[in-house]
Amino acid sequence: MRLSTGGQIDRSRPLDFSFDGVTYSGYHGDTLASALMANGLKVVGRSFKYHRPRGIFSAGSEEPNALVTLGAGARAEPNVRATMQELFAGLEARSQNRWPSLDWDVMEVNDLVADFLGAGFYYKTFMWPKAFWEKLYEPVIRRAAGLGALSGQADPDANEKAFAHCDLLVIGAGPAGLMAALQAGEAGVDVILCDEDRTPGGSLLSSTEDVDGMAAPDWATEAVARLAAMPNVRIMTRTTVTGVYDGGTYGALERVGRHLQHRPGPLPVDCFWRIVAKRAVLAAGALERPVAFQDNDRPGVMLSSAVRAYVNRYAVAPGSSVTVFGNNDDAHRTARDLLAAGVHVAGLIDARHEATTDLDLPFYPGAVVSRVTGRMGLETVSLRTHKGEVKLQSDCLSVSGGWNPSLHLTCHLNGRPVWDEGIASFLPAPEGMPGLIPAGGAAGLFPTWEALESGRAAAARALEEMGQTVPHQKVPEAEGAPYKVKALWHVPGKGRAWLDLANDVTVKDVRGAAAENFRSVEHMKRYTTQGMAPDQGKTSNLSAMAVLGDATGRDVAQTGITTYRPPYVPVPIAAMGAGGKGRGFAPERLTTSHGRSLAMNAPMIEAGLWYRPSYFPRTGEKTWRQSCDREVGMVRQAVGIADVSTLGKIDIQGRDAGAFLDFVYANTFSTLKEGRVRYGLMLREDGHVMDDGTTARLGPQHYLMTTTTAAAGEVMGHLEFAAQVLRPDWDVRLISVTEQWAQFAVAGPQSRALLEDVLGRDLGGDVLPFMGWIPVTIGGVEGRLFRISFSGELAYELAVPARYGESLFTQLVKQAEARGGGAYGMEALNVLRIEKGLLTHAELHGRTTAFDLGLERMMSRKKAFIGQAGASRPGLLAEDRERLVGLRPVGAVQMIPAGAFLFTEGEEAVRENAQGYVTSTAFSPTLGHTVALGFLKSGPDRIGERIRMVDHLRGVVTLCEVCEPCFLDPEGERPRA
Amino acid sequence: MRLTCPLCGERDLREFTYRGAALTRPEGETWGDDWHDYIHLRDNPAGENREYWAHSTGCAAVLLVTRDTRTHEVLGSALAKGGGA
Repeated sequence: MRLSTGGQIDRSRPLDFSFDGVTYSGYHGDTLASALMANGLKVVGRSFKYHRPRGIFSAGSEEPNALVTLGAGARAEPNVRATMQELFAGLEARSQNRWPSLDWDVMEVNDLVADFLGAGFYYKTFMWPKAFWEKLYEPVIRRAAGLGALSGQADPDANEKAFAHCDLLVIGAGPAGLMAALQAGEAGVDVILCDEDRTPGGSLLSSTEDVDGMAAPDWATEAVARLAAMPNVRIMTRTTVTGVYDGGTYGALERVGRHLQHRPGPLPVDCFWRIVAKRAVLAAGALERPVAFQDNDRPGVMLSSAVRAYVNRYAVAPGSSVTVFGNNDDAHRTARDLLAAGVHVAGLIDARHEATTDLDLPFYPGAVVSRVTGRMGLETVSLRTHKGEVKLQSDCLSVSGGWNPSLHLTCHLNGRPVWDEGIASFLPAPEGMPGLIPAGGAAGLFPTWEALESGRAAAARALEEMGQTVPHQKVPEAEGAPYKVKALWHVPGKGRAWLDLANDVTVKDVRGAAAENFRSVEHMKRYTTQGMAPDQGKTSNLSAMAVLGDATGRDVAQTGITTYRPPYVPVPIAAMGAGGKGRGFAPERLTTSHGRSLAMNAPMIEAGLWYRPSYFPRTGEKTWRQSCDREVGMVRQAVGIADVSTLGKIDIQGRDAGAFLDFVYANTFSTLKEGRVRYGLMLREDGHVMDDGTTARLGPQHYLMTTTTAAAGEVMGHLEFAAQVLRPDWDVRLISVTEQWAQFAVAGPQSRALLEDVLGRDLGGDVLPFMGWIPVTIGGVEGRLFRISFSGELAYELAVPARYGESLFTQLVKQAEARGGGAYGMEALNVLRIEKGLLTHAELHGRTTAFDLGLERMMSRKKAFIGQAGASRPGLLAEDRERLVGLRPVGAVQMIPAGAFLFTEGEEAVRENAQGYVTSTAFSPTLGHTVALGFLKSGPDRIGERIRMVDHLRGVVTLCEVCEPCFLDPEGERPRA
Repeated sequence: MRLTCPLCGERDLREFTYRGAALTRPEGETWGDDWHDYIHLRDNPAGENREYWAHSTGCAAVLLVTRDTRTHEVLGSALAKGGGA
């Protein structure tokens, strides 16, 4: 029911919204929760497990009950806390976890058999038969329990991530946070002040106290105005700091567009911030805790602080007759505010015998609430007083069990909270939270004046630690009556008393956990699921620990508390991974010929981050194989052009460059003559092969190394480590020039003629021998021509500065086409190299050695190199290791799929009998059958043997002949022609 | 976590690549216990640990970082090439 006056809502701006299809009205300034309450709605959701009707419980981010689904279709957002959702015109919300409706939910039957469904029920009941779990039990349980459902559609909304740096981060803009920001702001340091509410002010916004002689909300408004005028202070509202990370890094979620009916343009819904701060003040306040008693989850039971927030800030009466129950002075404050707002108070119940009141209402000191009734909305409240049972008619019960400092963030770096008897709660750890200074409610300082003063003092300390001078800052006059509380966790009695409303965990469940010997808080938590709902037990953790302590004969301090971990509130994955979907998922590296290849209709294949053409289809070709076979034929018979710019290129210079290459390669490079190129094999320190490639000597102290596309980054990091750490005294410098050069393979019997045309010079005779390079000029552009071959044909690779790549590719392809050739893609490139038995990372997969690859002779005995000792281990040189062989099918054309295993004929195809496996396979159009490479135990000794290949996955069995891993021109005459 | 690169200043963890504990390479050409230690065995101390971090998306310098493994506190960082001095 809306009060006729007061509150910080804008009554001139009414807003229509809908809940479960019914249209209601609220005001600008409302939350969805306050608007629902103003419209008299009691039940807003159904509980997780027992499907009990539930109402609004809090007024903040700790809300366990009022979770709704917002929006529809792909934009449907489940589990939105109604207490945090700002009302806007046209807001559409639906209740969750009920079928067919909120009033009539068939799964409420769970509540009738609740005795059987206590904690541990599922673990014990659905254990066998084992096969039933996945197909029957789990799907049924999942449908019955759970909260809102995802839309199942792609998220159409934009999200953002952002970074910020500051001197002081102030977390929370209540009295402590505002004072901390004022103190630091006036000192001139960079301040970021974050608050999860739409308006800074925290508890002041719901307070009827005076601060500095004015109403508390007005003082907050004035303080914010002063801060907003400071250029060095940034105020971030709707921003929850979610986590603390090493080195003063904080995560924060800003709800940017969730309060808007229409988001203008690309405005994101959420923004995930990473804030780096030299110091931080934790002014996150405190969370009120309830008291457990029979049926304390009934709609209408709510936290005392929430009642004050609804009455004072939103001008909503949470009931027509409110009973107020507490064990501390806060309950009295709530009763006073209710009376001042003209709301009937049925009674004030204070668990403390010594309590007194000046208020004109029925007062019950030394009494407790023992149970309430009212399934769809509170009806009666039963008290246990020293005179006996009393029953009050009431449609709302305000409960205050005391305050728990919001110290969650202090635990993220392993700070362990300490128990404080005075506030009957935990305080932030004195250490274990570097750079984070708690203040105000978060430090257990609840009275307003203490919060203001501690905020100032925390900022002053931070300034001193940063070496800044601390300007004088006056702390305003404010209420300072000390906080007094008498611990009360649970009122004993019959029936079920709820601790964790969000996950339906009762006092009995926690006792049951203790009885089953889950005595550690961490075990109890996992057994009962207490604190594991989206609210993470913000209002239930401490009470559950206390009940566990009671059941195990320990006090709360001994029982301890579970570890709080980030995030403090749920963070949508979409916000954390903002920008990471679709093309934003990974960077795209494009070659200079990319546009031309697309224009030639080449489908692209990803190679790491690179995109490379698979094949270049021509008219009449219906399958990739037709194109691939043609392209292989072109290279074998005429000339083909392929972009090989993706191979890593590392420019190496320095007096010790040659020695350095000797050190990082297994074979020798210092003896390589200028103008020559050599194939190199690189090992890891453990003796396995890391990568291979060719290196050219460009000058006396200048080399150009190429790596495979896949390992370019890894090799670069490896070389930097070797140069800086292993050989720090050597004069050698490295730089990646992969992106600076475009390089094209020109391969095939007509490659020389083509290049002679393009370059206008003779390349025959001794001008450029195999494994040599020369500088060339093409149209005035200086390039490099290497005579190397990855196809087994007479072949060259021509490199020019990248900006000329597209032009050169176009020219080379045109020339090749005129000679009956053309461009070839990755498929043909792969076939060509398999026919020749040349290696890629299918073979250099990290578990193979030079010995396995038949390259053991490349390991020099004349110099030291990385991997030398590792490769000498006897186990890596055993004859019966799986070693490289070629495979071809026996008989008619059959498949040899990569990944298939090899077995000795006549032996069962089981793991224990595996003799090896297939790594690379292709149909060779040159030979007319499938060719494959693989590893086989004692492979080189078994050439000519027949071996059975079994692909269990695809159900293929092929009889193969073991052969040399080279199917074409074994003498290597073609590239030397 | 943040690391200070002597060349670039204090930077976010994501610019760096961990390159393992700072151990002395045995250098011998034949396999032995020293190589086995270097490649396979780590001390895993609860406390100060010396380790290499490469500023891989920055200046490519390899840093010798001293870090408390219990708290992730970074006690010092220097260029590995200067012997960590």
